[in-house]
Amino acid sequence: MTTITADGHIDDHAHDADHKPAFFQRWFMSTNHKDIGTLYLIFAIVAGIIGGAISGLMRLELAEPGIQYLQMWATAHNGMMGGGEASLDEAYHLWNVLITAHGLIMVFFMVMPAMIGGFGNWFVPLMIGAPDMAFPRMNNVSFWLLVPAFLLLFGSTFVPGGTGLGAGTGWTVYAPLSTSGSAGPAVDMAILSLHLAGASSILGAINFITTIFNMRAPGMTLHKMPLFVWSVLVTAFLLLLSLPVLAAAITMLLTDRNFGTTFYDAAGGGDPVLYQHLFWFFGHPEVYIMILPGFGMISHIVSTFSRKPVFGYLGMAYAMVAIGVVGFVVWAHHMFTTGMSVNVKMYFTAATMVIAVPTGIKIFSWIATMWGGSMTFKTPMMWALGFIFMFTVGGVTGVVLANGGIDDNLHDTYYVVAHFHYVLSLGAVFSIFAGFYYWFPKMSGRMYNELLGQLHFWIFFIGVNILFFPQHFLGQQGMPRRYADYPEQFAYWNQISSIGYAVMLVGVLIFFVNIGYSLLAGRKAVGNYWGEGATTLEWTLSSPPPFHQFETLPQIK
Amino acid sequence: MAGAKNHDYHILPPDIWPLVGSFSAFAMAIGGVRWMHDMAHGGLIFAIGTVAVALTFFSWWSNVIKEAHAGDHTPVVQLHLRYGMILFIASEVMFFVGWFWAWFDFSLFPQPIEMVDGVVTNYIGQDGAAALLQWPPKGIEVLNAFELPLLNTMILLCSGTTVTWAHHSLIHGDRKGLKTGLWLTILLGALFSCIQAYEYSVAPFPFAGINYSSAFYMATGFHGFHVLVGTIFLIVCLVRTYKGHFTPQQHFGFEAAAWYWHFVDVVWLFLFIVVYVWGGWGAPVH
Repeated sequence: MTTITADGHIDDHAHDADHKPAFFQRWFMSTNHKDIGTLYLIFAIVAGIIGGAISGLMRLELAEPGIQYLQMWATAHNGMMGGGEASLDEAYHLWNVLITAHGLIMVFFMVMPAMIGGFGNWFVPLMIGAPDMAFPRMNNVSFWLLVPAFLLLFGSTFVPGGTGLGAGTGWTVYAPLSTSGSAGPAVDMAILSLHLAGASSILGAINFITTIFNMRAPGMTLHKMPLFVWSVLVTAFLLLLSLPVLAAAITMLLTDRNFGTTFYDAAGGGDPVLYQHLFWFFGHPEVYIMILPGFGMISHIVSTFSRKPVFGYLGMAYAMVAIGVVGFVVWAHHMFTTGMSVNVKMYFTAATMVIAVPTGIKIFSWIATMWGGSMTFKTPMMWALGFIFMFTVGGVTGVVLANGGIDDNLHDTYYVVAHFHYVLSLGAVFSIFAGFYYWFPKMSGRMYNELLGQLHFWIFFIGVNILFFPQHFLGQQGMPRRYADYPEQFAYWNQISSIGYAVMLVGVLIFFVNIGYSLLAGRKAVGNYWGEGATTLEWTLSSPPPFHQFETLPQIK
Repeated sequence: MAGAKNHDYHILPPDIWPLVGSFSAFAMAIGGVRWMHDMAHGGLIFAIGTVAVALTFFSWWSNVIKEAHAGDHTPVVQLHLRYGMILFIASEVMFFVGWFWAWFDFSLFPQPIEMVDGVVTNYIGQDGAAALLQWPPKGIEVLNAFELPLLNTMILLCSGTTVTWAHHSLIHGDRKGLKTGLWLTILLGALFSCIQAYEYSVAPFPFAGINYSSAFYMATGFHGFHVLVGTIFLIVCLVRTYKGHFTPQQHFGFEAAAWYWHFVDVVWLFLFIVVYVWGGWGAPVH
């Protein structure tokens, strides 16, 4: 990506290429990568609001020891479906439903649609100088499959799921809780929701790989390809090869639940740990799926605001490839406490630590990119710096947890919760905000408000750190995750953590004010509003780009 | 024309089928859940969803064929289709990895179970449990791998050659050979499915209740489903052949069907070796 320059012409026949279809055709029957990207982003924002609201409910309940609101909420939830007063067990079940919904929504319906569906769709074709995706119609089915998938998950919370309404299995859907432990249709709906979301992602992965391999502009070799495109390419391969294994795993859940197979039922010779293997064979690549596109975006942003090419471009690209490859052979570090032998633990500990090497290459290369650069600290750069800092914290606790012996102690504690929120809520989400501010004017044609952007960053940054850093302490003190209640000794840090949520919420509200303000009254954005630091092909186009760009393909020198 | 495209990529007009297909899948899911839980109209909703999904496939691919005939499938677009099909098959391979994983888990790390008169008991932690650590589990009579399964192996391998025959005929402009090869492939595929259905109907072990059956029926059953899909794909190619489609230069629809058929064939070879031969070794034969 270091030497990419386009012909330098701003698309001069934009008017002719800018004819847009009527409303229904444009938004419900779209075959345009930018419109589909916009749909994905709107979808991710809606899902993010719902998933974020659920975490608000959870922090409210956890602010003090004892059950404050949960039983009241469970009664109200029952009432919606014509039921009566909720028992304490039903209230606890509601807790499980909340953690399940929060996890599934944030993973499958917020982070993935925003990064891959949203930014991937918008900017992969633009960055490689292509007029659209390879399969524009299949692109749309990838998006629309997410809507029924989300409706199935949402609907599942209103039907019986065992102890109460909804699927209370955790996002991992472990057997036997998800099989014999959860009668009723809720878990079946959640499983089929994952089937549809998985099909959506597999089709999307096929589309991205084909687009990236076959539609690069003349002269753009793989080794000149922007790092965000590299990141989406690796991500797409992870999706393509890991999701079908999840599909098999949850199909086994479905037949165990409904047709009497015993894949996960030891009474019939089955093996509940088999589910964990299959799930994490998908689940571990999945966590890289959620962070790699972020790596790509951060590289562009750091380079742009340092006015320097990325340090060690090829190393950055192949570090992502290495993370993707090694990410497939470390899955059982999620299962250290299932009773595996010491030898197996040693292998998975060592293999997991290997991933710290390419990740370190990335972190140090970002720092080296900034070194000696002419840095400006606009909002996207602030998020990128926040990302590098916070993701490193999450990465370091990851190395701690990678040790099988230490994990015996920390498994399923709040230490783990803190770890994966540092890499996701403060990693993936920071990179999404970074990318959003970086590209929002390109997508909408309007500049965002810099002051509101900076306020959003600082308040959110402070809020999430107050929210998640104390959870390390809670974990080290032994507080288990996924519980609605806890002993008095954990009260202090839980209260601090809940205050952090409130601070973060203020930041999010500023974000929405900023979007609304910018769309209505933001300054018009020029084609390349970041100046000479922004070198990839999307900056050669107008903001927003014409409906069909690159009708004459750019030449890469 | 100003603003006309100067590239060979395929820019598509808006299309309704992605939306229809997605919500048809939604109907299938909702209907399926209601059906499995004996709720009202479950089967009906599932059937409507299934028909609508099939209709979506039909219309969608009909449009693809029309676009191909309209000249939209330039060399680079054909390359896209090739990549798409290869990647789709790669994802299918990983789907079968899941089922083989279950099979290997159960067979390499057996549970001390025994099936007596269709009732399965797990003796883990009890006296004599160690003697039950075998695969297939005690009480399972397996199908003889070297009778119908071997015949089915031969049938599929043979169908792999007939589809190649059809392909070579197509490349050399021999339409009659193309039709004969396709007919034979389809008939062999149908024969395979019939034999497989017969084998299921006389299998000495039930579907439910024991890990052997779970892994056996779901792995071979998903393979059987893929055989049906592949057969339908080949039938579509045969119909298109009679309609005069395909040229020696451009016939990706046929090639995709052939690739898919070979994939299905290879999965069967692994099933035959791992499930029928190795996975049944040493057990009493039905």
